[in-house]
Amino acid sequence: MISMRKASKILVCLFIMVFAVSGCGGAKKGPEGDARSQTKQVVNMNLSAEPETIDPGRAKGQPDLTVVNAIMEGLTRYNLKCELEPAMAERWEISDDGRTYKFFIRKDARWSNGDPVTAYDFEYAWKRVLDPEYASSYAYQLYYIENAYEYNDPDNLEVTSPDMVGVKAIDASTLEVTLAVPALHFLGLTAFPTYFPVHKATVEDNPSWDILADTYINNGPFKLVRWEPFQKIVCVKNEAYWDREQVNLDELIFSIVSEESTALALYERNDFDIVYNIPSQELERLKAAPDSGLKIADELAVALYIFNITKEPFDDVRVRKALAAALDRQALADYVTRGGERPAYAYVPYGLPDVNPWDDFRKMGGDYFAESIEEARFWLSEAGYPDGKGFPEVELLINESQDNLRMAQAVQEMWKQNLGIQSVTIRPLEWRMYLGTIFTMEHQIAGAGWGADYLDPMAFLDVYVSFGGNNVSGFKNETYDELIALANSTSDPQVRIGAMHQAEQILMDEMPILPLIFYTKPYLMKDHVKNVRVPSFGPQMEFKWAYIDR
Amino acid sequence: MRYVLRKIISSSITLFVIVSLTFVLMHLIPGGPFDSERKLPDSIVKNLNARYNLDKPLREQYIIYIKNVLTGDLGPSIKYENKTVNSIIKEGFPVTAAIGVAAIFLAVFVGSLLGVAAAIYRQRWPDYAASIISTLGISVPGFILAGFLVYLFAFRLGWFPPALWDGPKSMALPVLSLAWFPTAIIARLMKSSVLEVLNQEYIKTARAKGLPMSYIVIQHVLRNAAAPMISYVGPALATILTGSFVIENIFALPGLGKWFVLSISNRDYTVILGLTIFYSTLLIVLNILVDLVLAVLDPRIRYTKAKGAGL
Amino acid sequence: MSLRIIWWRFKQNKIALASLIVLFVLIIMALIGPYLNSWGYSEQVLQKTNQRPGIEYWFGTDSLGRDLFTRLWYGARVSILIGIVTSAVSVSMGTLYGSISAVLGGKIDEVMMRIVEVFYAVPFLLYVILLMLIMEPGIKTIIIALATVCWFNTARVVRGQVLKLKEEEFFLAARLLGAGKIRLIVHHILPNVTGHIIVMFVVVVSEAVFVEAFLSFLGLGVSVPKASLGILAKEGIQGIRSYPWQLFFPAVFISLLMLSLNLIGDGLRDALDPKIAVKKRAEL
Repeated sequence: MISMRKASKILVCLFIMVFAVSGCGGAKKGPEGDARSQTKQVVNMNLSAEPETIDPGRAKGQPDLTVVNAIMEGLTRYNLKCELEPAMAERWEISDDGRTYKFFIRKDARWSNGDPVTAYDFEYAWKRVLDPEYASSYAYQLYYIENAYEYNDPDNLEVTSPDMVGVKAIDASTLEVTLAVPALHFLGLTAFPTYFPVHKATVEDNPSWDILADTYINNGPFKLVRWEPFQKIVCVKNEAYWDREQVNLDELIFSIVSEESTALALYERNDFDIVYNIPSQELERLKAAPDSGLKIADELAVALYIFNITKEPFDDVRVRKALAAALDRQALADYVTRGGERPAYAYVPYGLPDVNPWDDFRKMGGDYFAESIEEARFWLSEAGYPDGKGFPEVELLINESQDNLRMAQAVQEMWKQNLGIQSVTIRPLEWRMYLGTIFTMEHQIAGAGWGADYLDPMAFLDVYVSFGGNNVSGFKNETYDELIALANSTSDPQVRIGAMHQAEQILMDEMPILPLIFYTKPYLMKDHVKNVRVPSFGPQMEFKWAYIDR
Repeated sequence: MRYVLRKIISSSITLFVIVSLTFVLMHLIPGGPFDSERKLPDSIVKNLNARYNLDKPLREQYIIYIKNVLTGDLGPSIKYENKTVNSIIKEGFPVTAAIGVAAIFLAVFVGSLLGVAAAIYRQRWPDYAASIISTLGISVPGFILAGFLVYLFAFRLGWFPPALWDGPKSMALPVLSLAWFPTAIIARLMKSSVLEVLNQEYIKTARAKGLPMSYIVIQHVLRNAAAPMISYVGPALATILTGSFVIENIFALPGLGKWFVLSISNRDYTVILGLTIFYSTLLIVLNILVDLVLAVLDPRIRYTKAKGAGL
Repeated sequence: MSLRIIWWRFKQNKIALASLIVLFVLIIMALIGPYLNSWGYSEQVLQKTNQRPGIEYWFGTDSLGRDLFTRLWYGARVSILIGIVTSAVSVSMGTLYGSISAVLGGKIDEVMMRIVEVFYAVPFLLYVILLMLIMEPGIKTIIIALATVCWFNTARVVRGQVLKLKEEEFFLAARLLGAGKIRLIVHHILPNVTGHIIVMFVVVVSEAVFVEAFLSFLGLGVSVPKASLGILAKEGIQGIRSYPWQLFFPAVFISLLMLSLNLIGDGLRDALDPKIAVKKRAEL
């Protein structure tokens, strides 16, 4: 469950897309020569929160991922057009059965201390992540590899040696990876920080190498020079980086200001060039100011209210449908969230590919329900609560945050005015208490959000399989499970996407979840900052190609 | 000397009780440090718990913790991989202390000035000015004041930066916000104790002898009227030296105060305990110091009496 | 000192008297204010969000198009309620504890004061948050959490006063006449410390309102769509650059409330003329 606009959001890229779908914002034409050379190229971005770690093997929150992505590099990297490019690996070979990958590390790949980046570094890094004692909470990203899960599982006594894991450096420049099962999206994963290499000699020698800028050895476009806790992280261009020709910035500063209004103030004073997490109450003013630099990027995420359908009165589909139809979603987007969000009449957001990758899954699927107060009232009286009379006391559980609170209050009021339901109370809980409550299914309705793991509708749809760990609605439907299983096993895109559309239809007919809006990512970026990629998932921003043009 | 020794022993017991109480309370709050929006596989949760000894029974965790604390190791932060509780204090304390000490100095100086002026010029304009300032000081919540100061000085006038820790100029607004409240308290304390001293016989005698007022105030009044202020400043300093969540948040300062809130929301158990120990120790030590200073100022104070007061 | 003398002395203090009147007006407004116009405290008109103060909405509207005038008085009611109940609970706890400790004296007194000492050295903010999270958030929890960390100050003051009383003659006389301990507390001690208790009460009310505002700032306040002054101030801060009046009205109101409470407290104190320790609040 995602509390939207929370920095710890897990957004993982699992799927390789070699076509630019709308999920790739901010990409402009390449840098033009002269304008850049005159001013010192510095970008100062507010990271919003202190990274919990910058050890690639443990990085998990968005601040961690953003920094690690700027200073480190994996076998591959997503470029400005959101295509997967060779990075540390110059090329690769994939076996016919799709289980064995051979990566050839480029000869000019260097660590910041001048040492060559070798296949041994990769092998060491991956096995380190899987070591139970190292205890990375992201180790499961590597579970696609043969024996990776078994080795990482502390209760498994058969696979206890790292040698049994399916990754091996054949020589300094060849890395061979064996997967447990063929996984088409494996290549895309190698662009994710958990798969990044570490400098073997340094890490073996000094377990706390990642704490100080002096001992941090990296291989990405930028190099860490200073980390002032809860203030800023200063990076400069990494002259040892193989693709340094493409890197334009002299200095990249990640500032850490968590209070949204303070960060906005610093942006408006020109202290910051890029700020996200804008107070929604300031959006109208920023929209009205032409030079504010307000931009709205796509975000692969949906806001929804999850019914607990094992509890009354939500065990009745008519109640669920009535509540869903009685809202005015456009008003929620216009007056509550204010970030140009789109009303959600289905579950899967815009920005994901259909059978033809240039078609949008959402547009092809269309809307699955409509708002209608009459219809809502009809369903509610059918269910035995005419005009909301006799509707039991219900609690809408949300994670405490200003935006969630406002959304909940607006929805509460709409149900009151449109359906006559007076008995909905809002229960805001602190983050971890909220998580505990929904995962034990003690809620009646829970406000939540869901963001993409990877660029595919499956990232959303597989949540609601009968025994899914994140399915906290109590929804169990065999047909739905079969459709998901079919989509996961077929090699025919037509069948696969078709099954997913059908599954979404079932989900919306049964309505264990009530979709509200599809999120966007409003951010502020000064007009002189160019070529910053704003991915719809994963790190907040990609700076490799960024430059300043005043 | 015997007093100090006794104080140290009784304080250690107090400290021990507080740590144990915190340990119990913090494990009573629902949720753990590794909860996340997506359910982690069991294998990973097990590894994480094992790494921080959280898989052991609570009693055992408690014993391990106490043992480590006795060797001066407050443990690693569970949430921030590259921080230990010791390093958190080491990083945050200098910032908090710089601002806190500046704020206390300002408060003592301005507060005493206001208090003394108000007492001497009773019922005249300095008295009214001082009461207005001191009542405003305890009437406006810190976060509202800070917001107002930022609006005025950073935006309207542009004199000071609105946030971040960058040189002396950036200290101005946080110090002002922080000093506001204690200034008000000190002004009130000083006013009433100076009034009291002014009514004493020996002051009246001195005035009758025709000694100048300024001389009397500096020589006699201040020395004798400072006691209540000193007893206030001791504990206040402990609070200020451990930082203010609101001020640090609004001004984006890398101090200690935010950790009191952050550690709980992260269920960062070691940090919660470490901060408790740090704060309580600081408070106890400062209180002992206050007692000693008071004793130096006024030899009539007997330690046995101080004990009863519990400070 | 009897209550009548205190009141007589208090009346002489014009500022304190004026504050009492202001406080009285504020409380009356908190009671009737929400009904002075046609808007309900939770009634939204989404098309009219963030309106400036004017004829339709006297204090403007908030981010959900709710009438700020109504919400302000409603919030004031909640805050004052929290203040009064918290104060009543913690002051009675403290008084009872302090007088028992002083009357019993000896070893028991020492142990009881040791316990107070422990409370005194506890990080205040950390404990309030811990207690708030252990119990279910809401008005009741705020009151309990605040009362738990506020009572010991009263206990110390009351104990000090009682110890003083114990040495006075009428007290010794009562004891010699064989009055029981409970009788001593009820008939001889409580009436004589009432003045101090009233002062403590006023001080704790203002403290509780303050701390509630702060807790709301952290997101641990009362539950929506109910409001308190702290919640209104927090909502106001969100848009301070665009809609300053949303912070202005709650801020003025909190300050006015605190001001009158403090001045009343001062007036009472002057009327009693003892020195009463003011609890630290700098951390907020």
